[in-house]
Amino acid sequence: MSIERETISGARGLDRDEPLSFEQDAPGRTGVDLPPAPDAPDRLDGLRRQGGIGLPGLAEPQVVRHFVRLSRMNYAIDYGLYPLGSCTMKHNPRLNERLARLPGIGDVHPMQPQSTTQGVLRLMSELAHWLTELTGMATVAMTPGAGAQGEMCGMMAIRAAHEARGEPRKRVLVPESAHGTNPATAAICGYAVDSIPATADGRVDMAAFEAKLGPDVAGLMLTNPNTCGLFERDIIRIAELIHGIGGYFYCDGANFNAIVGKVRPGDLGIDAMHINLHKTFSTPHGGGGPGSGPVVFSEALAPYAPLPKVVQRDGRYELIEQEDGPRVGRMKGFHGQFGMFVRALAYMQSHGRDGLKQVAEDAVLNANYVMEKLKDLLPPAYPGPCMHEVLVSDRGLDGTGVETMDLAKALIDEGYHPMTVYFPLIVHGAMLIEPTETETRETLDGFIKVMRGLVGQARAGQETAYFKAAPVMTPRRRLDETLAARKPVLRWVPEAPVAEAAE
Amino acid sequence: MRYLPQTPDDRAAMLSAIGVGNIDELFRDVPAAVLNAPIDSLPDHQGEMAVERHFQGFARENLSPASAPCFIGAGAYHHHVPATVDHLIQRSEFLTSYTPYQPEISQGTLQYLFEFQTQVALLTGMDVANASMYDGATATSEAVLMAHRITKRKKSVISGRLHPHYRETTETLLRFTPYDLEIRDPVIGGQGGLAEAIDKDTACVVVQNPDVFGEFKDLTGLAEACHAQGALLIVAVTEVVSLGLVNPPGAMGADIVTAEGQSLGVPLSFGGPHVGLFACRQKYVRQMPGRLAGETLDADGRRGYVLTLNAREQHIRREKATSNICTNAGLCALAFCIHVTLLGEAGMTGLAEVNHRTASLLAERLTALPGMKLLTQRFFNEFALDIGRPAAPVVEALAALGILGGVPASRLFPGEPTLENVLILAATETVSEADIDRLVSALQEISA
Repeated sequence: MSIERETISGARGLDRDEPLSFEQDAPGRTGVDLPPAPDAPDRLDGLRRQGGIGLPGLAEPQVVRHFVRLSRMNYAIDYGLYPLGSCTMKHNPRLNERLARLPGIGDVHPMQPQSTTQGVLRLMSELAHWLTELTGMATVAMTPGAGAQGEMCGMMAIRAAHEARGEPRKRVLVPESAHGTNPATAAICGYAVDSIPATADGRVDMAAFEAKLGPDVAGLMLTNPNTCGLFERDIIRIAELIHGIGGYFYCDGANFNAIVGKVRPGDLGIDAMHINLHKTFSTPHGGGGPGSGPVVFSEALAPYAPLPKVVQRDGRYELIEQEDGPRVGRMKGFHGQFGMFVRALAYMQSHGRDGLKQVAEDAVLNANYVMEKLKDLLPPAYPGPCMHEVLVSDRGLDGTGVETMDLAKALIDEGYHPMTVYFPLIVHGAMLIEPTETETRETLDGFIKVMRGLVGQARAGQETAYFKAAPVMTPRRRLDETLAARKPVLRWVPEAPVAEAAE
Repeated sequence: MRYLPQTPDDRAAMLSAIGVGNIDELFRDVPAAVLNAPIDSLPDHQGEMAVERHFQGFARENLSPASAPCFIGAGAYHHHVPATVDHLIQRSEFLTSYTPYQPEISQGTLQYLFEFQTQVALLTGMDVANASMYDGATATSEAVLMAHRITKRKKSVISGRLHPHYRETTETLLRFTPYDLEIRDPVIGGQGGLAEAIDKDTACVVVQNPDVFGEFKDLTGLAEACHAQGALLIVAVTEVVSLGLVNPPGAMGADIVTAEGQSLGVPLSFGGPHVGLFACRQKYVRQMPGRLAGETLDADGRRGYVLTLNAREQHIRREKATSNICTNAGLCALAFCIHVTLLGEAGMTGLAEVNHRTASLLAERLTALPGMKLLTQRFFNEFALDIGRPAAPVVEALAALGILGGVPASRLFPGEPTLENVLILAATETVSEADIDRLVSALQEISA
């Protein structure tokens, strides 16, 4: 017997809506007890804020409930499979969180005298060693704030190197399948973006690439493994060709997880590559950051790597903040995303070189397993083997009326975070599935069973209305993004008092 | 290895299901010469205890502000973070989720970003704010780029009293653009000739308030001078707690406000990750960089939140995007949001008052010492002091006595001869009167 019930509160057991904090205001309530202000003169000389700020008053228990209730509306890696292609949503070890909070690590001020920060400088130096050894590169710039800023750092070094030779050059070659940050970055660096098409097997079209080479080409931005989840077989030849015209090879390292411990980018002829510590080295994604994007450089570009950097002199660690030379300037405040360095180094030391190699192997194994088990229903966009993620098009849904987005939304009802959808842009209805190495075979089998079941239902044509409406079991159903963009409401504003509104 | 669940049996079964004999057959697209190059210089895996011991070794080699009186500011501030903040941000659902691409299962993140945007707008006195940037310095650099997009003008004027990291980060971002920066000298006191530098080519003027020497100014006149020439005023705030007490930039005519939000909820963490705040006037919202959460309705007509105005962003616009930024500072924005929610109106203004009076007391005590001269007239919780001798060795001597005694201006402005004797000191709510006593007697001891 099935019983439907509308509750009086509107809640459904553990699921409930949560008003904005601003709608829970009781003037006079607060969640902190402060020390008394010392008796000393006012030094603001009349330049105080006029009127209130407008923040709501809540006591600590309310604040805890507010954010715990909000948290329950989120999916998370700790809850289940999060196969978001190109994002590498792997397990985040809690040891790393503990270490990042140790007194003497988490609370060190960036402007302390260096005599009082030898430990954190040594930590940065050790992480730099791991990064250059794993990549086979000459040096590393630690400061970029995330992957996109790492790209910018690398491309600026390329431009600085050309300018040092008195020829800035004009064009940067970027595959059509590239992540949007690549062309946006090239544009910030003053370059025109020239797109390279892909071949039928999802890789750089070598003939088109060679045809675009010329003396005004500053370099190439290529993701490897690429955004289709494939290793660029011709990569060494690509590097030779770009070097042959005096250009540089920027590699987007977003997909380093597929090859860490197995392949050193330095052996491929790469001149610069950012590493998303929040992907390969498992620093938490945190709902959209903070990331961290150190950039490794070849000998050719090492003189252009930005400061600050840590050097060792006479048994002492020194942070170099200023130096004359052709380097790219400062990328951000202070010394980089240090808290992410702590977590990434702990992750590396926990795995060791043996474990990191196993990471790449298991990530690739898991993705190929998923590809194999789905391929009769959802054929891969390009022939395999794939690397750490598998790309499928929406061909398997042809004629069903169900689209990629509908399948993704139905997956949500089945208890999974969807794969990346509609990226890369070169594949129709793209679905990019990245299971990562931290999933069990049982988890993958469960996901495969659901995917097969959903595609089967879509093909049977009996559930089309459901697919179009999905998800139906979530805190919110599909949200009106057009409305949000047409009439942007980007902050809470108090409702006007009735008397005013009537005027 | 504890994080890798596949057993040898799993791997064998999966390889067999795929139809390959060994793992390297899946790596067959990698040129054989570069596959499995040995990495001899790195160690093998280690257990939790071993890794933890290694990191305790790092921790022991630093002087923690938790165990030393700390008067260091200069863009990052040692504040108390309520236990609730750090507990809540470690909720799995916040810590281990990503950018809310699927809003139906990300309403938690989207709603706190909406609340965060509202808090930032209220504190800065602006109309709208985005969902955060990497830090205050990058936010400021993006603001300058935005001003050039809006005005289509060529030149920006940068105050000499802007934090040098903010200035340098801006120089980096604009280095390969067609835009020029006019950077003023770091003179303490006066307006530094900013208003006179504005002309019809000026896209914006960038000032920090309170400035890098702690001086807080009325910017109303400067805003009018900007607007008279059609230029924008960008105000950078490195100490966001000040906004609990001072007249906010929005009330003084700022067009874009950038800030470092670290002071509220985010640990110092040797300089990062912190959280950049970015707010502007409503009319400029479509030129903003970064992610924005917005309110909308779901299919059942219920209020909900999504990422919006995506047409500005790199994943849609590619080389024509307003910025190349993708990931922001999500979890640090959450920490900020929780801390501000705990504080509320009373806590925010109260915390600012404690900071202000503590710094005022510190200034009073230090200027009573012989040879010390206060260089900052109107300040919040930070000020510059001429100590009558080079400041850098004094800071080292204080460190040897277990006191983190401020930042020598020469570290921020190396080679600037007029600033060699200048010490920049900050005092937050974490500084006690006993800490001030210790600093005063240590300074007496050093000069004796």
